[in-house]
Amino acid sequence: MEEMIRAENLGYQYGSAGDMRHTALRGINLSIRPGEFVAIIGHNGSGKSTLAKHFNALLVPTSGTVTVKGMKTSDPRNLWRIRQTVGMVFQNPDNQIVATTVEEDVAFGPENLGVPPAEIRRRVREALECVDMVEYVRHAPHLLSGGQKQRVAIAGVVAMRPECIVLDEPTAMLDPSGRQEVMRTITRLNRDEGITVVLITHFMNEAVQADRVIVMESGRIVLDGHPRKVFSEVETLRALRLDVPQVTELAYELNKEGAGLPDGILTVEEFADAIAGASHESRAMEGAEDGRAHPMSIVREGADPARDRRAKNSEGSDRAGCRGRAATAWCGGG
Amino acid sequence: MTVPIKVETLSYTYNPGTPLARTALDDVNLEIGDGEFIGLIGATGSGKSTLIQHFNGLLKPTRGRVLVDGVDIWQKDVRLKDIRTKVGLVFQYPEHQLFEETVFADIAFGPRNMGLGDDEINARVRRALELVGLDFEAVKGRSPFELSGGEMRRVAIAGVLAMEPSVLVLDEPVSGLDPRGRDELLEELARLHRRSECTVILVSHSMEDVARLAKRLVVMHKGKVVADGPVREVFRMTDLLKEVGLGVPQVTEVMHELARRGKDVRTDVLTVEEAKAELLRLLRGEGRVR
Amino acid sequence: MFGNLTIGQYIPGDSLVHKLDPRVKIFITLVVITVLFLVSTMAGYGLVLLFILGAVLLAHLPMRFVMRGVRPLLFILVLTFGLHLFMNEGRVLFRVGPLVAPYEGAFKGFAMSMRLVLLVLATSILTLSTSPIELTDGIESILSPARVLGVPAHELAMMMTIALRFIPTLLEETDKIMKAQMARGADFETGNVVQKAKSLVPLLVPLFVSAFRRADELAMAMEARCYRGGQGRTRMKQLRVGAKDILAAIGSTAALVAVAVYL
Repeated sequence: MEEMIRAENLGYQYGSAGDMRHTALRGINLSIRPGEFVAIIGHNGSGKSTLAKHFNALLVPTSGTVTVKGMKTSDPRNLWRIRQTVGMVFQNPDNQIVATTVEEDVAFGPENLGVPPAEIRRRVREALECVDMVEYVRHAPHLLSGGQKQRVAIAGVVAMRPECIVLDEPTAMLDPSGRQEVMRTITRLNRDEGITVVLITHFMNEAVQADRVIVMESGRIVLDGHPRKVFSEVETLRALRLDVPQVTELAYELNKEGAGLPDGILTVEEFADAIAGASHESRAMEGAEDGRAHPMSIVREGADPARDRRAKNSEGSDRAGCRGRAATAWCGGG
Repeated sequence: MTVPIKVETLSYTYNPGTPLARTALDDVNLEIGDGEFIGLIGATGSGKSTLIQHFNGLLKPTRGRVLVDGVDIWQKDVRLKDIRTKVGLVFQYPEHQLFEETVFADIAFGPRNMGLGDDEINARVRRALELVGLDFEAVKGRSPFELSGGEMRRVAIAGVLAMEPSVLVLDEPVSGLDPRGRDELLEELARLHRRSECTVILVSHSMEDVARLAKRLVVMHKGKVVADGPVREVFRMTDLLKEVGLGVPQVTEVMHELARRGKDVRTDVLTVEEAKAELLRLLRGEGRVR
Repeated sequence: MFGNLTIGQYIPGDSLVHKLDPRVKIFITLVVITVLFLVSTMAGYGLVLLFILGAVLLAHLPMRFVMRGVRPLLFILVLTFGLHLFMNEGRVLFRVGPLVAPYEGAFKGFAMSMRLVLLVLATSILTLSTSPIELTDGIESILSPARVLGVPAHELAMMMTIALRFIPTLLEETDKIMKAQMARGADFETGNVVQKAKSLVPLLVPLFVSAFRRADELAMAMEARCYRGGQGRTRMKQLRVGAKDILAAIGSTAALVAVAVYL
């Protein structure tokens, strides 16, 4: 099955020569499958942002290759098709909104692609429904909250009909409620629209929501796997001075004393279940939490997360699926 | 004992008398004691930023008074410049205010505005850099713009510390930093508080951070102070905190959840270590851990 | 400081004037300006003023708000009037010391001031009733035939849009940096001109740094969204000239030209 993004022996150096030269990426090998939700964590300067910029040819490798659906990013002829396939959302919500109203901004991408006006209107509408921002169509961006601005930025990418969205620390500048809004939007796009998501973040409670977590340090990938597996490596993460969710750390500490709790506990519910036994209510929640309770090996062992997700949403999960459903299934929590 | 900051029936309205009028503070009363470490929390728009800008006279109350060391700062004969050296305010993303050619010159900006002599300025810059964990000799001559993000933030904070204020107010000092940068800066803040005994007011969105550092929490909601007390007491009020759009640290939440499921555990734990001790007691009691 | 500037603001509305094609509105504004420079009688200015007041009413704009836009001009108006009043020769109206104010000077001064006021009012109506985006689209569309001559119509319009988008952001930022520096004891208010100019350095340097950072990030975000200049680009909103636009253009032009010719 075709890969969404593939990096082979990817290396990247900033600067041309001498003192200014700085190696940001070293020998990265990575494959991201369609429909996956991948979180990349690591310190500033670990290379995660540089890596992300390779996924839509904002940067091209100085050694090795990156391919997007088989297209080499180093070939300039592929540039625009790659950027349409892989959309990108950045950290500062203010510095990626181009236009003076929400709808004009969402239209910016499709306009660049030369989409006919009537079709642009339809896409803008759909994209805003996707991020639950329809009522703000004519608002000026500077009057929106941080979370709302970021959702507009996501809509601007969605309107280009990408198959993959790369988000470079989209929540770093937001308050907790803004962060939640953005995370809800991202997980929904991944589950309901089948869009591949690559999320770069410092917040571990966001990374645990992914199917797969990649940990980077000094331009290399040091851990790669299901969140349960990655976060059970508490010692490794501590040595890197990265965060571990408090419950994961607590379980790990108790296990050192022989408590015998399961590995890789990620949420308060899971922890409470492990200590107090699963209550009826929390089991129901787990069911609703979809796929989250998979055995940890699933991603690495060649299963296709996109496939089970699509099976789950088999009722007409085409690209225009946002329409109408947005108001019921997903916005309920908003 | 002196009271560094006292706020009496303070109200503030943005754009008064226009259709855009918005009440940001509504009858706030607050007393901040000498040497306290206070966490000021609240959702966006709750009025925290407006409140702290009253502490050093950047905003003028629409109603009520602000007293610094017992003096109403809007009295005629009070120089606001003096107030601002007593109450140091570090804004969010303070690195955005750096402007000088060298780190030294930038940190010296505050002391220079105070009219201090060169020797005193030199000593203060040195102390301030040391407090934020940077090496004076290594960075004094460098351009602040070629430092890393975390270092720039430290230099900017040093720029306020060099005025040697008796109250230090920080608005979200760790936002945007990675976990390592965040931990280091928070540790430095704790050390600073211990060593210089200055009063610290930390505005934060992270319940984990305030739980770790602050002794007292002030919770704001819609321009009012809705809770004010020792950290443990405040984090006991989970319902109130949820209602105002805040949470409690994840470990505290775990203990509440366990108590809800009938386990006999303390719910006022704040850190992983405390939770571990409490749960070990529980598990030992149940015979699950020796 | 920016609160009482009427020019450049936009009041959303549903009026006939709001709904006109921006190009038609730009055209009519240009006609008004031309006529203002051709007219030389009191009656002529009066009729143009009537035309403008009519437009304000049709656009459902608050009259007082529109008139307030003249206020920042007050100094220039007084200066213009004063200069013309004393710099002309003719029948003496009154004397102030060595200065002589003739009737002709009074009339000329009044006419010039009137011209300025009407000029400002006409342009205010254009910007008050046309959203910045429409205005930009209108300018782009008017300039686009000049593209063959090398006029970068699309790029100019894009620059205007981005400038409009970032003005509020930068104003907010200015306020924030100012406060941050004041918290470090900076003083922006007292001192002589040189001291005041010097005190702006701690404000301007961070502003420039941030503006460049924003420009850099925005450029990357635009590229990531497949922006590659005006070529091959479509627009969501198409400008279309309808019957009411043609009528408005013909009607206004005819009336204004008549004023210019007969008065």
